[in-house]
Amino acid sequence: MSSVEPSGRRPRRVGIARIGVYAFLLSAAAFFLLPLWIMVMTSLKPMEEVWQGNILAWPSSPTVQPWIQAWSAACTGLECGGISVGFWNSVRILVPSLVLSVLAGAVNGYALSFWKVKGANILFGILLAGAFIPYQVFLYPLVRMFSQAGIYNSLAGIVIVHVVFGMPIMTLLFRNYYASLPVELFNAARIDGGGFWTIFTHVLLPMSTPILIVATILQVTGIWNDFIFGLTFAGRENLPMTVQLNNIVNSTQGERAYNVDMAATILTALVPLAVYFLSGRWFVRGIAAGAVKG
Amino acid sequence: MAVSTLATASQPARQHRRRRGLAATIALIPLAVVVVVVYLGCMLWTVRLSFSSSKLLPVLDWVGVQQYDRLFANERFTVSAINIGIFGVLFIGGCLVLGFLLAVFIDQRIRAEGVFRTLFLFPHAMSFVVTGLAWQWFLNPTLGLQKLVRDAGFPSFTFDWLVNQEMVIYTLVIAGVWQAAGLVMAILLAGLRGVDEDLWKAARIDGIPPWRVYLSIVLPLIGPMIVTATVLLAVQVVKLYDLVVAMTRGGPGIASEVPAKFVMDHFFERNNIGLATAAATMMLVTVVAALAPWIYARYIRAAGRQP
Repeated sequence: MSSVEPSGRRPRRVGIARIGVYAFLLSAAAFFLLPLWIMVMTSLKPMEEVWQGNILAWPSSPTVQPWIQAWSAACTGLECGGISVGFWNSVRILVPSLVLSVLAGAVNGYALSFWKVKGANILFGILLAGAFIPYQVFLYPLVRMFSQAGIYNSLAGIVIVHVVFGMPIMTLLFRNYYASLPVELFNAARIDGGGFWTIFTHVLLPMSTPILIVATILQVTGIWNDFIFGLTFAGRENLPMTVQLNNIVNSTQGERAYNVDMAATILTALVPLAVYFLSGRWFVRGIAAGAVKG
Repeated sequence: MAVSTLATASQPARQHRRRRGLAATIALIPLAVVVVVVYLGCMLWTVRLSFSSSKLLPVLDWVGVQQYDRLFANERFTVSAINIGIFGVLFIGGCLVLGFLLAVFIDQRIRAEGVFRTLFLFPHAMSFVVTGLAWQWFLNPTLGLQKLVRDAGFPSFTFDWLVNQEMVIYTLVIAGVWQAAGLVMAILLAGLRGVDEDLWKAARIDGIPPWRVYLSIVLPLIGPMIVTATVLLAVQVVKLYDLVVAMTRGGPGIASEVPAKFVMDHFFERNNIGLATAAATMMLVTVVAALAPWIYARYIRAAGRQP
């Protein structure tokens, strides 16, 4: 991964083996790119061309009409406000969920790694084990509790769910990061009279940039790509983009507008893709750490 | 909130610590509430409901294993269980093999390594809904791959897995592997880069062909990373839901149903809480049974070995 050219093994001259290596890599690249290529091509074609032409071909009369329609006019059953409705819902869900879950993870991780609280490690152990358990085991009781509390089918409800189910991995990330910092730093702050929150805000948070980046990437992509929580807890008014996309594509009555469907699909993927391409190696670290959450 | 005096005597020092501990304890209350109420409370509640006759509304009577009897007599559930088995084995196997091959080939001092790495991993950034819809479109028998090959001069070519009851589960595997193989590649590539360069020199001096070195020496060396990747993939298998909903909606018929979807449908559409919680409990039992050996090997046995 480093940019320094290592010494030692040097590439051999162009031989059969070399050609084989590139042949494999290029066909693998084609496999990975194919669906994306087909999506983009389809989204740029008028429907007549989609019906007649081949899915791989470049559009003979390219049009951005499907994109405009996908954004502002595509229908989910009766409503025809386009995928933009879901986009803004996703933004409204994402921002508070992100801030609260990262903050909760940072405080938990800090308390667990520097402070001795009785029983805290057992609780944390259960929390981590819980991260492996399928969501279906928790969903129904949560729905009951939320409707009792009057936050079922609301923005608050979906945000709380994201914070709760983001807690294991967020806490783990920060706990491990803080455990890697020298404890002398913490001891010095204590000797200087720092209390729990003072040390957190003045000493640890300013040093937390790398892990904050990883946590943010993880939560932005995770929350944006969520489907099951949005479907269950958000309510009709707040359905996130993934749920709305599925409704547009899979509940269309009559003739399907594949070009609009594909434009809407790409639009839904844009935010996580942008995070991926802009953050590069941070993304890999994030998903490798966070694939526990899924 | 900060206590500003430096504690010298032992008595104030202990008080000092206790007071500091109080703030930390308060800060951990949300975590404690989440663990006790959500992770433990909801789990027990679900298990309890699976022994009740709850239908539309939850009732706390006791009917023994009646719901489980119904569950295993339910064809949709048995199909779901078999499907998740097939999907799990092929998805994990496919991701590991393809991910390992990609990592090995990328490790060959190739040009444009960064480009290839980026291309292999980008599907992982996208949600399963997007993945499912993309592959649904590509594998669409009337307009997708099948039409493409037929138009290219093979009019009898057939590729209708998406609408074929026997084959539809394999289309989910293809889409799943496409989405997740890059993650395995990223994990294993980090492992390969950690292998000592001297080992390669020694192997070259001894004249051992590289493929043998990879299979006999490198593969065991990166074993822990393969285990990590397998656990991550297994977690995704159990959660498999979005991909099915987006790609096949469980169809054709019930041919691509999975347990997570069975639970969701019976909770929220069919209003059969008893049956849904019984199925959810079966998922829980399966996961715990699968995780137990791993947790034992990773934490309990490993901890016992430490001095």
